[in-house]
Amino acid sequence: MLALVSPALLVILALIVLPVGWLAWQSIYHDGFTLENYRRVFTEDIYWRSFALTFEISLAVTLIALLLGYPVAYLANSLPKGWSILILSLVVLPFWTSVLVRAYAWLALLQRTGVINQFLRYLDVISEPLALVHNTFGTVVATVHILLPFMVLPLYATMQKIPGDLMQAGASLGASPSLTFMRVFLPLSLPGVLAGCTMVFVLCLGFYITPELLGGGRTVMVSMLVSRNVELYNQFGAASAVAVVLLLSVLAIFFVVSRFISLDRVLGQK
Amino acid sequence: MTMKQSFGLGCALLGAIGLTNAADAAEQITFVSQGGAYQQAQTVAILDPSAKKLGITINQDSIPDAWPAIKTQVGSGKPIWDVVDTPTGNCLRGGEQGLMEKLDFSKIPNGAAMPEAYRSPYSVSYEFYSSVLSYSQKTFPKDAPNSWADFWDVKKFPGRRALRNHPFATLEAALMADGVAPDKLYPLDVDRAFKKLEEIKPHITVWWTSGAQSAQLLNDGEVDMEMAWNGRVSAVAKEGAKVSFTYNQGILQSTSLCILKGAPNLATAVKFLNEAVDPVHQANLPLNIDYGPGNPKAFETGVIKPERAAQLPSEPANAAKQALMSYAWWSSSAGEAAEKRWASFMQK
Repeated sequence: MLALVSPALLVILALIVLPVGWLAWQSIYHDGFTLENYRRVFTEDIYWRSFALTFEISLAVTLIALLLGYPVAYLANSLPKGWSILILSLVVLPFWTSVLVRAYAWLALLQRTGVINQFLRYLDVISEPLALVHNTFGTVVATVHILLPFMVLPLYATMQKIPGDLMQAGASLGASPSLTFMRVFLPLSLPGVLAGCTMVFVLCLGFYITPELLGGGRTVMVSMLVSRNVELYNQFGAASAVAVVLLLSVLAIFFVVSRFISLDRVLGQK
Repeated sequence: MTMKQSFGLGCALLGAIGLTNAADAAEQITFVSQGGAYQQAQTVAILDPSAKKLGITINQDSIPDAWPAIKTQVGSGKPIWDVVDTPTGNCLRGGEQGLMEKLDFSKIPNGAAMPEAYRSPYSVSYEFYSSVLSYSQKTFPKDAPNSWADFWDVKKFPGRRALRNHPFATLEAALMADGVAPDKLYPLDVDRAFKKLEEIKPHITVWWTSGAQSAQLLNDGEVDMEMAWNGRVSAVAKEGAKVSFTYNQGILQSTSLCILKGAPNLATAVKFLNEAVDPVHQANLPLNIDYGPGNPKAFETGVIKPERAAQLPSEPANAAKQALMSYAWWSSSAGEAAEKRWASFMQK
């Protein structure tokens, strides 16, 4: 067995463990051991602001994705097979389009001379174009769109496993459909909610292209801080420290969530 | 396959690659530039003719931002690139940090003949571009903004504005808006520049990060005026967008050629460097793309027609209207401090 998996293990070692280790090493070693990079991450204003903004945006994106994704997953689960395949394909199809292309598509929709503003002006609803993009709003809209499949799919997977008999049992005991939903279906779907929210939240923490293109330069998320530290300020140590803090936050979130549900059961359909 | 076997196979493969390299011992270098239409243009104008004349093979690689790769390659002790075409500041900073070869100008006569401001101990100017004030002709059909003071004047020139999300050229523009003469900019008065930038900050819609983005902002009418690179504006104008720009108070910037410390083909790299700034090759570059030659002697070759020369950022009359960016200042400690200050300015 070990002989069989060892090439794969070596690849993982070479491609993941070594670079991440090197990254962590760079953040604490520069002409000698130093915690300076971490001191700055935790004390300097711009780092705090960037981390705070990143968590705020991730939270907003997660909540919106849940509000939009839950009804979709519910519908896909309750409709006959053909319909549910159609709905799921509509969710998954954009998934295969490059994130960059989708960011530009949102730009075409949201910008001052974009489709939405032109249409609203045509209808005389507005006289001046709305500022829909080059700000946090545009970033959140596009990020929700990109991450929605990561919410819908775990929700759908969980809902699929809720036995239909339970709903019928509830109805036969005299509960209204909404009561059955609240007391039976919703609690049973919670592992999916948690899994979906974790996926979306964690992925959003590392978002880069979308805020870069749609944020107008002011929406500085943590990943952009990493790239700027390398590109602009030539500070590999500082960039590594930011990356390590982000990585540790993600691992901490996974650790906490895995105490409540078995993530691979929901995601891997075991 | 066991691990031992796969290891053996890997060694055999590596050996084979080594052998073919040895057999194919004609002189060669690996040249790295920034890709896209720009690298294509220089391949036609400079790289192919140089390779032919010198009888060498030029392998090309491209990367939008070479700096991190230069640092890791030289840091590892075994660089695979020889010559890079990169913003001049990278060559200077790299020279100071021991990442670049010091150039022996007795072996680079074409470079030695260039003005001193156009070269450094580690680099020679390769091409010029300019950060210019560009604007929409739809918004400003006449009386267009013509100076950075106009760009800052939101009453006389109402409209949406964009600047580059980077201190290079932006601080220079702010100082010129505040009345500093183009030839008196350096050393930059950083405090004064940031104070002036605070003034315009509320009126900036987008702080752009890539040249493509800046072109698109202007093309789509998302902004009415912005600082942009001359080649990007003229490309959009050629496609029919009603946009224009002025060289007045532009900030003339360059990329330079420099050689990585410990480059695998050092001698050939030096020969290539000299050939690449040959006035005739250099004169061919602007026939393929809207950048100016790094060697001003190119304008004396007769290859560039006068009406074409007038459009180029480094043409002597155009250059005289502009400020020449001092990469030496930007790579000094004061310059690096200004770069760091940019981040907190943006996030406030």
